[in-house]
Amino acid sequence: MGIETKQEAPSEVKGSGGISSGHERLPAGLKLRFLALAATLLVVVPVVLGRSPYYITVLTNAAVLAFISLGVWVTFSIGRMNLAQGAFAMVGGYITAILSTRYGLSFWLCMPLSGLVSAALGAFVGWPVLRLKGVYFAMITLSLTEAIRLLTLNGGDVTKGATGIVNIPRPGAIGIFGLTIVPGFSGADPLPFYFLACGLLLLGIVAVWRLSTSRLGWVFRSLRQNEDLATSIGINVAKYRVIAFAVCCFLGGIGGAFFAAYHQNIYPASYTIADSVNFMLYCFLGGLDFILGPVVGAFLLVIAFEILHAVQDYQALIYGILMIACMLWLPNGILSVAVRRSSRESPARK
Amino acid sequence: MEQMLVNGVVLAVNYALIALGITLIFSIMNILNFAHGQMFMIGGFVVYYLYGIYHLNYFLSLVAVVAVLGVIGYLFETCFFRRMRKVATREENSMLLAVGTALLLENLALSIFGEKQRGVPPVVTGVYRFGSAFLPANRLLVMLLALVLIIGLLLFVQYTRMGRAMRALAQDREVTHLMGVNVNRVAAFGFAIGAALAGLAGGLLITVFGVNSGVGNFYSIKAFIMIMIGGAGVVPGAILGAIVLGFAEAIGYELLPGSVTYLLILIGLIIFLLLRPQGLLGKPWG
Repeated sequence: MGIETKQEAPSEVKGSGGISSGHERLPAGLKLRFLALAATLLVVVPVVLGRSPYYITVLTNAAVLAFISLGVWVTFSIGRMNLAQGAFAMVGGYITAILSTRYGLSFWLCMPLSGLVSAALGAFVGWPVLRLKGVYFAMITLSLTEAIRLLTLNGGDVTKGATGIVNIPRPGAIGIFGLTIVPGFSGADPLPFYFLACGLLLLGIVAVWRLSTSRLGWVFRSLRQNEDLATSIGINVAKYRVIAFAVCCFLGGIGGAFFAAYHQNIYPASYTIADSVNFMLYCFLGGLDFILGPVVGAFLLVIAFEILHAVQDYQALIYGILMIACMLWLPNGILSVAVRRSSRESPARK
Repeated sequence: MEQMLVNGVVLAVNYALIALGITLIFSIMNILNFAHGQMFMIGGFVVYYLYGIYHLNYFLSLVAVVAVLGVIGYLFETCFFRRMRKVATREENSMLLAVGTALLLENLALSIFGEKQRGVPPVVTGVYRFGSAFLPANRLLVMLLALVLIIGLLLFVQYTRMGRAMRALAQDREVTHLMGVNVNRVAAFGFAIGAALAGLAGGLLITVFGVNSGVGNFYSIKAFIMIMIGGAGVVPGAILGAIVLGFAEAIGYELLPGSVTYLLILIGLIIFLLLRPQGLLGKPWG
């Protein structure tokens, strides 16, 4: 899988433009596209759309959903279909909610803590659950989403049951020696949250890209192809799949923490099975072979959903039909079309 | 105590219908039908409209359920999954498609039926008494109907030509093809029957619990729990899983506040899978 990479790279760079073919095997091309994406998100969008809070809100949502979906992409890379990401976003959200409302902890501390708690929980639950494969893993993770929802519903005074936790404070100011680096977030302006969301997303992309091009990334892909073979060459399969799952849950927890502070509330109904399913669909529709897959998928689907607002009553229905159509006619995701076109001259593609 | 047993039996028999449907589809086509709960829900709504609103005979309504869900299942297989088998490049694809069909059915139901909880009046009235336990006649009827359907299904799969073809398909797709079986036809028929079973369970249980367009995922999870307990793709496993889940629910609802029961069932399931990932009767897999 990896050997032909270097031969393919030059043709790829000249043959493609924009973010349309973000391909994990083509670091040079990816770097360019990543810079283009960063410039678009951080400069172009705020300048063009900065005055319309509605679009900024939509894009903020899309960015964080993409960030959370990156985690699901990591579990896809070890060959597991993860339907529990909603559960770990929920855990992250509740950790932030509880720590900031009850103990007055700053959001900037809550967010990493939420990620860590989610990752720890993911490792703990993942250790037995990751023994399952294929549909079995999908089934148990789906049940896990429901289990966490029921847990928060029955959490008594800690999670406040069905009423949820409201009035979660917005992120405060960060300052060193009296110097304010990041001003406190106010409710009126959606841009600070937008920048935070994009910052998270870009950091997440870099981290996952580093991960998947490192030795760890190769180990993950070997697990996807054949776990027995991986074991036979001395890879500690149980350890690495737990690592992959914990990374996924970490991203989910951070994203959940963001949404808790962003919406200033969290309920047991904040993350349902539908959310877990959506995170997975974003990855799939973008393309599972591409790091930018979840990003492209999340942005496209979130924006498509908003556009379909015009046909209100049938919004959800058309959305469902669109997704099935994508699965049937683009089984490798949207990005695969761009790659197929740009690599037509080089027959090296498997 | 006796009440728990009676409730457990009623639940277990109906759940067996759900579990058998999903097992049938899973073993024949190796597709996990994520839309099973949604099919259950649609079955309930068909009965709601025909029996509840238009006052059609209840049994005729159930026949209509079989027709409607049979067509849905048949179309799913012929329009979606058959094509997916040709273009799929990784095994996740068919799973994702199944998830997509679940989304489609749920959104369709939301658009057509709305969000309200719907119920129908009991088909028969009266209550039987066993010791200290009460069994409403309606629940008894629902249980007996489900039992008849289960036995009918098992006989069908065991003794008819089509049933034999299905079992052959579950064992080995290619060899079945070589034996001159029209694999696509059998697969479509199997999907139709599986969907019809889910719908029938919905049509039966709507007289007891009612139904709304959001219950799909909940029943899908129940189906998953059952086949994980029993072992996926194994018929006796599905029935065993239904018995375990039915009684666990009946006991839990009697002793614990509402949703704690399912929390405990799910935690128990994770611990159980730690010890026996292939389920009670499933074969160990790699």
